[in-house]
Amino acid sequence: MEYRLGYKKQVCKKIMTNYNKKLSLERCKKYRKRILEISKNVSALHFGGSFSCTEIMEVIYNYFLKSKIEKDCFILSKGHSSIIQYVILEEKGILKKKQLDMYCKKGGFLGVHPDRGNPGINASTGSLGHGLGMVAGEAIAERSSKNVIYSVLSDGELQEGSTWEAAILIGAMKIKNIVIVIDNNNLQSLEETSKSHPNLYPIKKKFQNFGWSSVDCNGHNSEEIYKKIKYRDKSKPLALIAKTIKGYPVSYMMNEPIWHYRSPDKKDYIKAMKEIEEK
Amino acid sequence: MRNQFSERIFFNAKKNKNIYIVAADISPAGSMEIFRKKYPNRFINVGVAEQSMIGVCAGLAMRKKRAFAYTIATFALYRPFEMIRDDICYQNLPVTIVGMGAGTIYSNLGGTHMTQEDISIAKSMPNMSVIAPADPIELNFAVDYCSNISKGPVYLRIGKSGEKNFSNHSREKWKFGKIRKIINGKNICFISYGPIIKKVFECRDLLKKEKIYPSIYNCHTLKPLDKIRLNTIFDEYKKIVILEDHSEINGLAQDVKSYAFESKYKGKILSFSLKDKFYHTFEKQDHMLDLHGISVKKIVNKILM
Repeated sequence: MEYRLGYKKQVCKKIMTNYNKKLSLERCKKYRKRILEISKNVSALHFGGSFSCTEIMEVIYNYFLKSKIEKDCFILSKGHSSIIQYVILEEKGILKKKQLDMYCKKGGFLGVHPDRGNPGINASTGSLGHGLGMVAGEAIAERSSKNVIYSVLSDGELQEGSTWEAAILIGAMKIKNIVIVIDNNNLQSLEETSKSHPNLYPIKKKFQNFGWSSVDCNGHNSEEIYKKIKYRDKSKPLALIAKTIKGYPVSYMMNEPIWHYRSPDKKDYIKAMKEIEEK
Repeated sequence: MRNQFSERIFFNAKKNKNIYIVAADISPAGSMEIFRKKYPNRFINVGVAEQSMIGVCAGLAMRKKRAFAYTIATFALYRPFEMIRDDICYQNLPVTIVGMGAGTIYSNLGGTHMTQEDISIAKSMPNMSVIAPADPIELNFAVDYCSNISKGPVYLRIGKSGEKNFSNHSREKWKFGKIRKIINGKNICFISYGPIIKKVFECRDLLKKEKIYPSIYNCHTLKPLDKIRLNTIFDEYKKIVILEDHSEINGLAQDVKSYAFESKYKGKILSFSLKDKFYHTFEKQDHMLDLHGISVKKIVNKILM
């Protein structure tokens, strides 16, 4: 893959392989604070969905995507949360601070949705329901190498028929080298997912019926996410259903649809920073 | 043509280990079954699930594989349109979308199985190339190009079965992006593409009786359009007749006419394309084409008028 900006020359920082609770908590705080910091300058930021999958992304990137090759094995299917991916890529030295400071600005190349060809970005997503099909293709191509393909999906994305086309195919073909985490924050643009589509639940049963291994977990508990992925049934693809809260842990953002897209004012910003620090 | 496609792709797959076929529940024709048996890991049947067919192709291409999405044209291009646009074209991946039985070929299966707008749609997407070979020989060249050379997405529009070879009359080699002269004549020329070229030859036979000897050109690559060759065609002929099994909207005829206007072409252009209309009939292809105003008799009469 050709990168637009000398990604190859940059060296990734060494990452720990064993779970470290303190480090994970610190990193999540750092990521959320950085997102808040960026939000001061732009309006188009998907806070809610990025904060709900912060722990999920932290675990995947810090414990499972170690080498450069592995970092290419990730697709953020819920592309509207790209800001959390950028913040992590910045921490890993793949994106530079000045590049991220240009988020959604003239002359910058990073924006609301991930764009293939940018440093550390494997797939252009944003339109929901595209990720899992590409994950299947990549995993088929990597079957002999045994590289695992990771992806994070939103629960709203489970309403897309294309997601289930790919889910059935992956189960039928017994493609084992796939781990997906569903950010089950139960809140879409319009209303609660469980209210609009109550028969989607329990999600894990659907995946299990299609030949996947599927388990629930607390999506804001890094340790639980780590363990569920690390000690998964490796004879099947894994769909981890992570129960999360949109906007977590900021009190006024949690479960408020308006924070799907909005940026905080100065007062809100200070409050959010405080609440993240105290968490 | 589908048999020829299967044979050629099987032939290429022996040498190129990166070739994958991702089919959407299409009945096995010719060597496709052999391909499947010989390379089970490189033949993926996604079932009746065209959206994941394209997603899987994109994922394979992201890992440097050369994937061919293969099914009937309408299902290959229309159903997974957004996947083609976002996953393949926007990401500029070397995936070939093979639309089999395109145009009015499946006319007796009705409007749901026809693709009279496929080239228009495929052409509109940035990065996408469009190739429509006229016969099995040309198909070989096109498949070779897509197997080994293409750098981005290609929509490969092919026929179904029973097509005869016409391009063996040509002295010019097949080359991606180039209009190819098949038969040399004077004053009048035909430009066409796809299996409907058969009708061009029938027209020529009738015109010969009137002592008219048109040239025949085959525009197998619809995008990018060979404007250099069009310039020489504009210089050489007073009358250009375009025949295509595709809608009059954004097909070859419209492209040539708009370029002729830009180039201040002084001659006359007659075009025979499908009308912007659905016909709710299940007749044979010839009847369907006739409803759209395309028959050898109608074309010849218009030329002689």
